[in-house]
Amino acid sequence: MSKIKSLDDLRKIKAIVEEKMKLRENSANSEIHVQVKVAMATCGIASGAKTVMEFMIEELEKRNITALVIQTGCMGYCFAEPTIEVTMPGKDPIVFGYVDTSKADQIIEKYIKRGELVDGIIPKNYESI
Amino acid sequence: MKDLSLHILDILQNSIFAEAKLIKVDIYDSNLSGTLKFTISDDGKGMDDEILNKITDPFYTTRTTRKVGLGIPLLKQNCEQTGGSLSIYSTINKGTSIEALFYKNHFDMLPLGDISGVISLTFSSWSDIDFEYSHKTDFGNYVLNTKEIKETLENIPINNPQVIKFMKQMIEENLQEINAI
Repeated sequence: MSKIKSLDDLRKIKAIVEEKMKLRENSANSEIHVQVKVAMATCGIASGAKTVMEFMIEELEKRNITALVIQTGCMGYCFAEPTIEVTMPGKDPIVFGYVDTSKADQIIEKYIKRGELVDGIIPKNYESI
Repeated sequence: MKDLSLHILDILQNSIFAEAKLIKVDIYDSNLSGTLKFTISDDGKGMDDEILNKITDPFYTTRTTRKVGLGIPLLKQNCEQTGGSLSIYSTINKGTSIEALFYKNHFDMLPLGDISGVISLTFSSWSDIDFEYSHKTDFGNYVLNTKEIKETLENIPINNPQVIKFMKQMIEENLQEINAI
């Protein structure tokens, strides 16, 4: 059996990550920094937000998109959980509801990569008077 | 909630919204005594007795986005179903600690679930908060804190996807070593 991982192994990961970050800085799409917030209150967790969050972290990394995926509290859309809020650089955040892993995949492919909107957007009306 | 790890993920949010700077998660899982106890304690803003009495009422919540707060009532129900109990202690401006006790051999006992995933996602999502995680079984004790991780990482953020993956693996392997999962 291989040795149990410890913080020493984290140093090795650190070197790999540093190298990768350097490479990305030099590439053309270094500007793209997507922010994804996953609603993780009782309602979100009970409907599977954790699975969606893990999926987003893994898939965005695999597809070479620099993104920050973090938890947030209840956004008040408990009926539409799991919900995620995606902020593309320079754009207003968009909230998607009823997100499972296949929907999350669509959001990455269509919205994040190509800017096309997908079903399930929760309109935000707090901007109107 | 399907398992205990999701309850922990949920209850941790309470500490985070209480503006805690340090949150401790302690799990003590003992086959010898047949119990599993987890404690989450924070140094957040705390609550007075009036709120503390209302906290297990599902129709009490401090949030404004919706009218119900089910996190604590659901956890309480799951504890009590196994014959266990839930206790909450809080002091204003000092912090809050919540203690959940379960009897493992009861039919209604929930599985522990993906605790390594929950811990690594929490560590990475709230990068300004320090966490201390300790998991004790009859075979040993595993302790991890974010301060150590952040010091090791230096300028690399803790929410880097590869770091998250590594933390999950590291926790998983260490928990296997003490027969926790």
